[in-house]
Amino acid sequence: MARIYEFQSKKLLKEAGIRIPEGGVACSPEEARSIAERIGKPVVLKIQVWVTGRAGLGGIKFADTPQEAKEKAGYLLGMKVKNFIVEKILVEEKLDIDAEYFAGLVIDDAGKCPVLIFSSAGGTGIEEIARKNPEKISRISIDVGKGLKEYEVRNMIRKTGISGKLLTQLSRILTRLYKTAHTYDARSAEMNPLVLTKDGMVYAADCHFTVDDYAVFRHPELGIDIAREFDRPPTELERIAYQVEEKDYRGTFYFLQMEENISAEEKAIGFNGAGGGGSMMSMDAVLSRGFKLANYCDTSGNPSASKVYRAAKVILSQPNIKGYFASGSGVASQEQFHSARGLVKAFHEEKINIPGVIRLGGNFEEKAVEILEKYLKNIPGKIEGYGRDDSPEFCARRMEELIAENDYTSHAVAHIKEPEIPSELYAFSTVTGKVWIDHHKCLNCLDKGCIKSCSAGILTLEDGKPVLAIGEEEAKKGKCPECLACEVFCRFHAEDAVFIHLPIPGLKEYRDKIRSKD
Amino acid sequence: MSILVDDGSKVVVQGITGREGKVRTQLMKDYGTNVVGGVTPGKGGSEVYGIPVFDSVEEAWEKTGPVDISVVFVPAALVKDAALEAIAAGVKLVVIVPDRVPIFDVLEISSFARAHGASFVGPNTLGLVSPGKAVLGMIGGRAERAKEWFKPGNIGVSSRSGGMTSAISYYLTEAGLGQSTIVHVGGDAVVGLSHPEVMELFEQDEQTKLIVMFGEIGTTQEERVAGLIESGKLTKPVIAYIGGKAAKSGTRFSHAGAIVEGTRGSHASKVERLTGAGVYVVDAISDIPLKAAELMEAAGGQK
Ligand code: SF4
Ligand code: SF4
Repeated sequence: MARIYEFQSKKLLKEAGIRIPEGGVACSPEEARSIAERIGKPVVLKIQVWVTGRAGLGGIKFADTPQEAKEKAGYLLGMKVKNFIVEKILVEEKLDIDAEYFAGLVIDDAGKCPVLIFSSAGGTGIEEIARKNPEKISRISIDVGKGLKEYEVRNMIRKTGISGKLLTQLSRILTRLYKTAHTYDARSAEMNPLVLTKDGMVYAADCHFTVDDYAVFRHPELGIDIAREFDRPPTELERIAYQVEEKDYRGTFYFLQMEENISAEEKAIGFNGAGGGGSMMSMDAVLSRGFKLANYCDTSGNPSASKVYRAAKVILSQPNIKGYFASGSGVASQEQFHSARGLVKAFHEEKINIPGVIRLGGNFEEKAVEILEKYLKNIPGKIEGYGRDDSPEFCARRMEELIAENDYTSHAVAHIKEPEIPSELYAFSTVTGKVWIDHHKCLNCLDKGCIKSCSAGILTLEDGKPVLAIGEEEAKKGKCPECLACEVFCRFHAEDAVFIHLPIPGLKEYRDKIRSKD
Repeated sequence: MSILVDDGSKVVVQGITGREGKVRTQLMKDYGTNVVGGVTPGKGGSEVYGIPVFDSVEEAWEKTGPVDISVVFVPAALVKDAALEAIAAGVKLVVIVPDRVPIFDVLEISSFARAHGASFVGPNTLGLVSPGKAVLGMIGGRAERAKEWFKPGNIGVSSRSGGMTSAISYYLTEAGLGQSTIVHVGGDAVVGLSHPEVMELFEQDEQTKLIVMFGEIGTTQEERVAGLIESGKLTKPVIAYIGGKAAKSGTRFSHAGAIVEGTRGSHASKVERLTGAGVYVVDAISDIPLKAAELMEAAGGQK
């Protein structure tokens, strides 16, 4: 659930014709002063961060004059609240409150429909109210196919004892709230409180929207950079990973950093799960052996080898991890050798000196384990591959033993050297990268195994040199699924003539920064 | 019998000409699923593995006779349209494999399905399999694998995690315990057939003697299963595992959510409710085949 700020939510309400207090967003005390001056009335200043209970945290202040608004803004801006630094505040007219109500929309998984809820007793302690004064709370389940009619809302609100002009005013607001929520694919939408002023007007005094992660793509206007609910701002590495996820829709790659500054003393590991359920079970197994997770990562849903490669590169950008642990459900439907090749490429490039336990149970696990064991023999870190009949608990124990054998050596993050490739080399683009083949080397190669290894069958020989059998455009559009088979084959069985460049924007700079810290 | 699908069911594949659609159609066909046609608008008249491709579900219906099930493999943004199309054509069960389907789209499909007396599995599902009869979706990945991992028998499996659906069923097979139908209900917050609905189908199914359920934190599905048992609508024995014990419970941002869900959703709540209702809640996946063997034995030694 991606969150948007209060001021953004209010803008949506205003566009829908719901009354909101007059105000504006300030990033400096001076701006706060000028907004207060424009309003010409006492104001309230509210920090714009993703936390609840802002008042209790000292994040809401009142000011009678523009000068006072400036002072209070100076106090609020830059303040640290939970994991956030305050960068913006909302300066609004202070309302003359007569009564407070609550309106909210949630998605009910049991009824498979949105539910609109109204409380005539406000929203504070609403669970309590629901228990003690159920007559003050009313709700309606909405059939998305039919939409919501204003009379339905009137009937719902009427049950809480509200009548007259107020009833029609509130009904209009709640109907519009639902429309707005639907339009913007809200996962939840709340107006708390809805304020009735002494002059009989209803305002959305505060409001919160979360947007469905899967629908963020429909709403570029909301400017959501990471479609995910965080209780802190995303880390730099998470932003880098998120871009990878966004650019490559084949399978899932979810990356969450649990700890940013891992010390050399900690028993932390890089975690690469597959599938929510299997990852959770595997996490339970390593956590119960006293490991700490540097990160949580999920590569599943039949990801391309290139995606797993990038995931490994991101995970290996975390200094001081002691091991690499990959494990999913154990009986995955996806073809596991793709993941194996992605890991082989990444571990080779990194020359990792920490051990890895890779549990790739599922389809073609024998082949996957063979790829891992065959090709990762010669790197400094010891890598072991396992399948569906090896439990996560057993694998976690192996991880622990291997780390001990390795004297608790910490992972050192390496610089990324961008390859220098002579421009005259044969090359073609893929969905997210580029394949280079050094045809000079191919002259010495007798069996031309790259052709056979390409399961997509898109390589063919031309004068003894492998070239695309299809158009370049087709390869770029996905006919080359970036399975990495040609590169892995050629590196270990032939002339090391193939290089597949799979850039990860921002990772080089990130690593340079990390390296300069130690 | 089995639930939702058996060897007689007639199946179409929407998005049959796409990357996933093609590969999974091969799985289904090789397994023995009765795939009578594929649908990709604009590609009508072509063939995929000898299966005729039509421009619409309606056309498939006209040319191949009534269709029981449609399996959908189109990009997430097009899922709603595809599902509504299938239901409007008369299909009564839609299996929605893609993930990342916007929730309001799912709600709209749900409303439409209800109005037409249809149901759907997913989105974000690996699909389902009635061992020895038919596979829908991509569970197993390849036909040989699906045949090796899943065997016919008397245990119904319902899971919210795709990987764990296969894992649990495979471990049951290893222990010599076959399955009636295996359903991955899908990983999203709102899904078509959720655990309780699948339980009710298992309750009606003669072949199913025992049910294994893989639950997870979040949503009210497992609590509703407890409710079914308490109200006498579910009488067959149930073994459950609830994932997510180690996960920290997220901050609840919505007051309204608290009213609708109450304290439901947490690991503790689910375990407590299910245990209270008489479900065998196990702590490790490896306990599932053990417990299942014990219960099957008690039920009369049939496996
Ligand atoms: S295997 Fe390598 S060296 Fe041999 S033809 Fe293929 S790319 Fe060239
Ligand atoms: S050229 Fe072939 S083998 Fe190489 S990455 Fe592409 S599909 Fe794989």
